[in-house]
Amino acid sequence: MDKDVAVAAKSLIAHEKPKREAPNRYRSLTLASPLLILLLWECLSRLSLIDARFFPPPSSIVAEFFRLVATGEIASHVAVSLYRIVGGFLLGVVPGIVIGLCIGMYRPIRFALYPLIMALMPIPTLALMPIIILVFGINDFSKMITIAGSVFFPVVINTAAGVRNIDPVFIDVAKNYGAKTKDYFFKIALPGAMPVMIEGIQMGQAIALLTIVAAEMIGANSGIGYLIWTDYKAFVLKGMYVGLVLISFFGYFFSLLLRWLEKKLVPWQR
Amino acid sequence: MNPDVKIRVEGLTKLFFKKKVGVCALDRVSFEVKNGEFVSLIGPSGCGKTTLLRILAGLEEASAGTYELVRDDPNKPLQSMIFQERGVIPWMTVEENVAFGLRLRHAPKAEIKERTEYYLNKVGLWEFRRHYPSEISGGMKQRVSIARAFANDPEILFMDEPFAAIDEQNKFILQEELLSIWEETHKTVLFITHSIDEALLLSDRILLMSRQPGRIVREKTIDLPRPRRITAVRANPEMAEAFVDIWNHLQNAVRGSALERRDEWALEPI
Ligand SMILES: Nc1ncnc2c1ncn2[C@@H]1O[C@H](COP(=O)(O)OP(=O)(O)OP(=O)(O)O)[C@@H](O)[C@H]1O
Ligand SMILES: [Mg+2]
Repeated sequence: MDKDVAVAAKSLIAHEKPKREAPNRYRSLTLASPLLILLLWECLSRLSLIDARFFPPPSSIVAEFFRLVATGEIASHVAVSLYRIVGGFLLGVVPGIVIGLCIGMYRPIRFALYPLIMALMPIPTLALMPIIILVFGINDFSKMITIAGSVFFPVVINTAAGVRNIDPVFIDVAKNYGAKTKDYFFKIALPGAMPVMIEGIQMGQAIALLTIVAAEMIGANSGIGYLIWTDYKAFVLKGMYVGLVLISFFGYFFSLLLRWLEKKLVPWQR
Repeated sequence: MNPDVKIRVEGLTKLFFKKKVGVCALDRVSFEVKNGEFVSLIGPSGCGKTTLLRILAGLEEASAGTYELVRDDPNKPLQSMIFQERGVIPWMTVEENVAFGLRLRHAPKAEIKERTEYYLNKVGLWEFRRHYPSEISGGMKQRVSIARAFANDPEILFMDEPFAAIDEQNKFILQEELLSIWEETHKTVLFITHSIDEALLLSDRILLMSRQPGRIVREKTIDLPRPRRITAVRANPEMAEAFVDIWNHLQNAVRGSALERRDEWALEPI
């Protein structure tokens, strides 16, 4: 009897072990696959099997990156783009959260605003850029508005959905314990909607990066998008690739930052 | 009228409308609960027990009839409810859940700390005070609910099958815990249960409801001396008789043949 239990326990451990090791083995794959692609690209480009004008070898892109760093060009482009991204992002996220909470909590506001928001969502803010520039001028603020316009929608919709997803029993609990409007907002709606809301903010973050590149292509004389666009026009594709890699890097960085923030803000999950 | 009455319910009726079909959940329910009395409501599933409690707790409107909760101490909250299930708020730690009512009514910091600590210890959750509900068992969550209600220190407690989803062993422990806390405070309690044993153990009086539409058809006074223990209740022949009687009533109520034998039943006309 005792023996059986011991054997069973052992086999359990034996089963558990490979499961724990697996992620590490796969992690090396995660690293290996892009490296392999880069290596292939490098070889094909050097051997002129693909057109080096369109696909310059990765090593030359890296060299171009360091050249731009040395001249200080990159720093100023990155700084100005980051400023616009962060500004526009906040300008979209904050109203998105506030309006999303209101839509989720109050039926009249939901009926008044939700269909309107759904109808406006498919309109690309980039298409409105000429008007935004006419109203606000060619400056950082008009770029921020453009970004804010595209970030706002996923945030507002996810926040509203997050509030609607809250089990009504918690609203009853709050009511029974004498909650005031402010308590419903800060103790029930905001934390309850947080997990879904953060998914929306993640989406907004990705959209902000898509938008900044396009916005800086249209009316700007600085920024990563401008770098990509001028080099593209001048057919210096090395510089364009540097810009693309930078954008990709920032996308990755921001999503890690938001994941970290999520862990801090939603500690109760799992 | 009796000045000692704490809860007075008269002709309370509740109709629900589902797709234009009316459902009568409560049919002219009348009863009184004295100050400091522990009263249980037993009735077949769907007879309107939760509905009745929700109306008294201010979470639902009655269709007709009146009720009154008598306030004796203007500094205390009048009532708190312990919900049937899922009432513990997942984004607050055990400690924050217990302090919820006190925080919402802005009790002094020292009082919040003292009462929260007291009841955390009382229900044996002191070590778990920093855990989130997802990290504790179902029985522990129900302890949180109980501690939260008692920490809020209301004059009246409504409990909706607080132990229904808990295994036997834990149920016995929690019932005795509840008894010991209640005997300290002697709050007025209206307690819903499906368990006859539980009602016999806890109550001063048991109200029996008919099946839907819910009416109160009988009541029984349990004059077993306190403090009570489960074993003592089980061993008492009178209680065994009462058990069978209530059992028969529920059987009849479920089958729908409401052959009520009023003569055996005490006593106070309501
Ligand atoms: N919000 C609602 N809308 C429509 N019908 C409802 C609503 N709430 C309850 N009912 C109906 O009212 C009746 C009584 O429900 P209630 O939840 O009060 O029963 P209960 O006695 O608590 O049952 P249980 O013992 O299973 O918890 C049921 O027929 C139910 O379908
Ligand atoms: Mg119920």
